[in-house]
Amino acid sequence: MKKICYPPLSAFCILFFFSLLVSGCATTPTAPQTITILTHDSFAIGEEVIKSFEADNNAKVLFLQSGDAGAVLNQAILTKDAPLADILFGVDNTFLSRALDADIFEAYLSPVLSVIADEFKLDPSNRALPVDYGDVCINYDKKYFADKGLEIPQSLEDLKKPEYKDLLVVENPATSSAGLAFLLVTRAHFGDRYLDYWKSLKENGVVVVDGWETAYYTNFSGSSGRGPQPMVISYGSSPVAEVIFADTPPINSPTASIVEMDTCFRQIEFVGILKNTPNKALAQKFVDFMLSKQFQEDMPLQMFVYPLNQNAVMPEAFIKYAQFPDEPAVISPDEISANRDAWIEAWTSAMK
Amino acid sequence: MQNNKNLSHAGTETLKKNNLRAFVSPWLYRVLLWLTPLLFLIAYFFLPLSKILILAFNISALTKTNFQLILTTLSFTFYQAALSTALTFILGFPSAILFSRFNFRGKSLLRALTAMPFMLPTVVVASSFNALFGDHGLFSSSLIPHPSSFSLILSAHVFYNTTIVIRIVGNALSRLDPKLEQSARSLGADTFQVWKDITLPLLRPSLLAAALLVFMFDFTSFGVILLLGGSNFSTLEVEIYLRVLKLPNLPLAALLSIVQLVFTLIFSILYTRTISQVTTQTAPRFSTSRLPKSFKEKIFVASFCLLLSVFFLLPLLSLPVRSLTRLEADRGQRGEVQYGFTTDYYRELFINRRGSLFYVPPIQAAVNSLGYASLTVILSLALGYPAAYALAKPTRLEKILDPLIMLPLGASAVMLGLGFIISFGRSLAWPWFVPIAHSLVALPFVIRTLQPALASIPERLRQAASTLGASPFRVWQTVDFPILSRATLSAATFAFTVSLGEFGATLLLTRPEYPTIPIAIQRFLSQPGGLNFGQAMAMATLLMLLTTLAILIIEKLRLPNSGEF
Repeated sequence: MKKICYPPLSAFCILFFFSLLVSGCATTPTAPQTITILTHDSFAIGEEVIKSFEADNNAKVLFLQSGDAGAVLNQAILTKDAPLADILFGVDNTFLSRALDADIFEAYLSPVLSVIADEFKLDPSNRALPVDYGDVCINYDKKYFADKGLEIPQSLEDLKKPEYKDLLVVENPATSSAGLAFLLVTRAHFGDRYLDYWKSLKENGVVVVDGWETAYYTNFSGSSGRGPQPMVISYGSSPVAEVIFADTPPINSPTASIVEMDTCFRQIEFVGILKNTPNKALAQKFVDFMLSKQFQEDMPLQMFVYPLNQNAVMPEAFIKYAQFPDEPAVISPDEISANRDAWIEAWTSAMK
Repeated sequence: MQNNKNLSHAGTETLKKNNLRAFVSPWLYRVLLWLTPLLFLIAYFFLPLSKILILAFNISALTKTNFQLILTTLSFTFYQAALSTALTFILGFPSAILFSRFNFRGKSLLRALTAMPFMLPTVVVASSFNALFGDHGLFSSSLIPHPSSFSLILSAHVFYNTTIVIRIVGNALSRLDPKLEQSARSLGADTFQVWKDITLPLLRPSLLAAALLVFMFDFTSFGVILLLGGSNFSTLEVEIYLRVLKLPNLPLAALLSIVQLVFTLIFSILYTRTISQVTTQTAPRFSTSRLPKSFKEKIFVASFCLLLSVFFLLPLLSLPVRSLTRLEADRGQRGEVQYGFTTDYYRELFINRRGSLFYVPPIQAAVNSLGYASLTVILSLALGYPAAYALAKPTRLEKILDPLIMLPLGASAVMLGLGFIISFGRSLAWPWFVPIAHSLVALPFVIRTLQPALASIPERLRQAASTLGASPFRVWQTVDFPILSRATLSAATFAFTVSLGEFGATLLLTRPEYPTIPIAIQRFLSQPGGLNFGQAMAMATLLMLLTTLAILIIEKLRLPNSGEF
């Protein structure tokens, strides 16, 4: 008697109907060729920019987002034989070797590479092409330091001093890419003794949280959360974003970055054409497009990263408020790839 | 109908023949009931999960260090889950009594509020706690000692899961036949005796079901531990996440997943064993809730209303407050933080200022979220009902299948996500996968909510109705439905909040064309700047408003023929 009201097929009917409905909308009819880009959740780009590519190439550009850079790379490696997409964007220099070792990319010598500085071309085989870069630096709350009459720390060593006790929040390198970047900074600067440094940071009351959102919005005193710590591991472009996204346009950014020697880590993001893609020609065109002036000039305000195309002009706010480290900490992708897990594990047990 | 209850068992066999069930063999009947839910679970759960586990598992993972890691992680996981569950019951059980036994002003609203944390992103909840207890919060930290991360984890679990106890146990409490308690009282039992000998034994199936679900949720807790526990605490689920994404070691991740699944299975089997020893038969009469009368009752109602309001309302209220508050820009003022009123954040939500392809229009996000949630409700009820019917009258088949129902809650979302990717590939990006993934998480709730209610329907009532000439549909309508409507509403609310909260979102590939509200919140929070933070709070407020409205509507649905509403 129950079956009158609950025909077992009802679930299937609903599913079937719904799948027809949406798959009908999802796959657009014939003419334009579709190209799919797999990327991380923080990717963003202007609507007009993509439209112009679509119009010029009779293409439809589809984006798939699936977690952070690490998650996306994982998925790309797992689906190597039947790729989810034609292009993967968002592998950074901390993951580069893993992507190259897994051999998921097709080599492509893009003509636009000629306008990109050689120091960013970390893959000589041109399977992974550099698209943008950004710096992970310590951001500080200007007002806090002014109010207390406190000097801005000038080096990693300064952070051990008692006057900076309980003032720094960092992200856990095991869960956050910003956290990992800062761990790499300390590793590059202190070499094998980096754990001793972390132990003294711990004694000086460093606060560790899981991710950038918590660190920046909950713990950092210079942002909207008005948290307890006036120093946070964030990006060199964060002070720019604080101006652009201010509640009321401020005269100056409420935060700034410490860009002294060996205090920042430079993240470079790469794009690659996934092997076995049926749309190779169009994928190459899209990679060229990502490196082109138009795309590169739109990136800064969308993702708060810096363009690599030397002809691209940065937005005014970036020129005014972004601070660039002259000498970011240097550590090669191969070294990172070989040791990252061991460093993170050692860090985790040292900080327990 | 009240008189029918006194019908004796005589003639049961002949009466049963009046059921439609008699037209098909009992086996076929069972198979038909199980067909859809099982096919669904096999296609979207067992196959993808076993595929990834087979791919990832490797004998090399069976080392001593790994076992030590598993052992320490497992014991912490177990310990915090048991403690959290106990604490959740300390708050949840009296609250269930409050909501099922008493009427008071603002009851529906307060109950809807307790369901709210369930669907808010963890980051938002953390920042709302911070708005209250942080350095510049309403209660500054000088009054309250800084809580340790472990007690923060426990209180967050209570904050999230109290609604499960309120819904499942409260729903059972209001289904209890008040006659039983009344007769016990008239025979001289005092309040304590009534609770000990009558009420609690009758509530056992629901108490167990609620305990199991809360425990499972705490056992596989992820966001809360990651966010509040720092690097010191790690549950199995967190460890799996780390081993898949951050310190890649797939064989170890697979081993951890298997351990978590095995324990889920053990808990479920224990639950099934215990529950099969209990049969309660109750029937709804009239509303069992009333205004508090005695002084004691008034004190109870007042104090718990206050407690729940402080615990739930204040942190939640801080979101809308914050979404309308601007922190004055630094214009040379020193020391104090200035606050000002603003509606900018809401206005700004509707403007795609940077012409971004990934801009989320709030109306569309709301429509998408509600659409996915409604589909999840329909799908999980359609799948859950036949399974719950089969489980309500268990045969040997059900004893085997019953524990399997809970497994989706015990599977690591990250692992299952990988399984989805290798099983479904590109088609995973189709939007209809969203309600499917949400239903996978909602299904255990739906079944566990419906099952005790279905089991409580006295067969005698059905038989009596049939004898008196009611058609099978009429029997369902007049006997089953009134008892089920309350459980159905509870189940629907669960499915709805599970979907709105984007449980299992990591299972999917997101498409920017179909954004939901949690995706919008995440987008705002992923970039610095006061405007972004304000808009995230505005979006979260929107999500809360929508859910409150939806839950109130679900609860207010007055269905025909259900006299008790």
